[in-house]
Amino acid sequence: MPWHGCAVHELSICQGLLEQVEALVREHGACGVSRIYLRIGPLSGTEPVLLEQAFTFARVGTLADGAELVIDTLPIRVRCKTCAAETEATPNRLVCGNCGAWHTELLQGDELLLASLDLELEDTHV
Amino acid sequence: MCDTCGCNITPGNLHLVSGQGKLARTEDGKAAVTVLTSLLHENDQQANHNRLHFNAHHTLAINLMSAPGSGKTALLEATIEALKDEFKLAVIEGDLETENDAARIRAKGVPAVQITTGSACHLDAHMVHDALHGMSLDGVDILFIENVGNLVCPASFDLGHHLNITLLSVTEGDDKPAKYPVMFRAADLLLITKTDLLAVLDDFDPQAAERHLRELANTAPALRISARKGNGMTDWLDWLRQTLAAHRTGLRQGGTSRPSVQPDGILLHGLEPSAVSHSHTHPHHHLLAPPTPLIPRQG
Repeated sequence: MPWHGCAVHELSICQGLLEQVEALVREHGACGVSRIYLRIGPLSGTEPVLLEQAFTFARVGTLADGAELVIDTLPIRVRCKTCAAETEATPNRLVCGNCGAWHTELLQGDELLLASLDLELEDTHV
Repeated sequence: MCDTCGCNITPGNLHLVSGQGKLARTEDGKAAVTVLTSLLHENDQQANHNRLHFNAHHTLAINLMSAPGSGKTALLEATIEALKDEFKLAVIEGDLETENDAARIRAKGVPAVQITTGSACHLDAHMVHDALHGMSLDGVDILFIENVGNLVCPASFDLGHHLNITLLSVTEGDDKPAKYPVMFRAADLLLITKTDLLAVLDDFDPQAAERHLRELANTAPALRISARKGNGMTDWLDWLRQTLAAHRTGLRQGGTSRPSVQPDGILLHGLEPSAVSHSHTHPHHHLLAPPTPLIPRQG
């Protein structure tokens, strides 16, 4: 079921993504890319479902036209500055899951990363 | 050459085909390349360029964000009125359409450049860079960037500024920080505005708003003001003065302030600074000596 959120944001992220991918393909002398791995956290301000939808449009006619987008969504984890515990948290409740203190540091959960690529090199074509 | 059984792998090139190496192979024979770069890398590079520009002029750049109608422009008008003989100010305005807000600022005697985004729901570093071509930062103490009224998208985009201020008016819900965590987590200061209206409202609790902010693990101060009636303006102006002074001290020590918009996660993944965009939460610029934290948060 398609979402109709503010997908303009995800579309502009796709454009930036594809520019990075094309540059990396050229940098490695590859002839294409088969898989693009992203890491997106709940606090990144970007919605993975919308990004996937935007990608199916944005990739057309580019080096990544046939590429599969794989999105790893890591849970939010915080480290407590009071008791040092590392616990999972939710986007609007980033307090320590152990002692309840709100002086925490985010370990994971706001990523918006191009993590890695599976490139097609010339010598992989038999 | 036999890659399948690894017989051409030597101690000298083993690292290249291990999991972290640039030429690691996937099961289907593709070359796996680790990247770990922000998807907003291009914006972040432009933002860092903007930040260098601000720092060269010793200008404190502040990004004002809020829902539409929370009182950003009114806040600027009142702030200009109070500070115009004390500091040199400039404003970049962001709206989808009209020059109305820039006109209001200019009417107060302060230079303003209007960015009309058309349909873009947020400002980005490239738009701000272009706007800077329309103004001089010579002698400018504080540049306010009034972002597009929107509690969703603006928080994700580094403009090259030093601090985020998020406004929340008392005619909005006091649970907005819980509803828009990315935006309110990014605030270096929460301004609760239109407080003169609290007398006729029975459903906004400023303490609840602050509590929701704390649950985002945000230590930023929360000030209450009415730009129109003057309530709380003294504390707001003092915060500005202290912030500007702290920022300038930090610049002299070779660092820069950064807003809370950058992801902590990147730093803690232990990535090389050169492998990622320059965005990270610690006040740090890799071309300058690492500074001490500059804008002390209260609480």
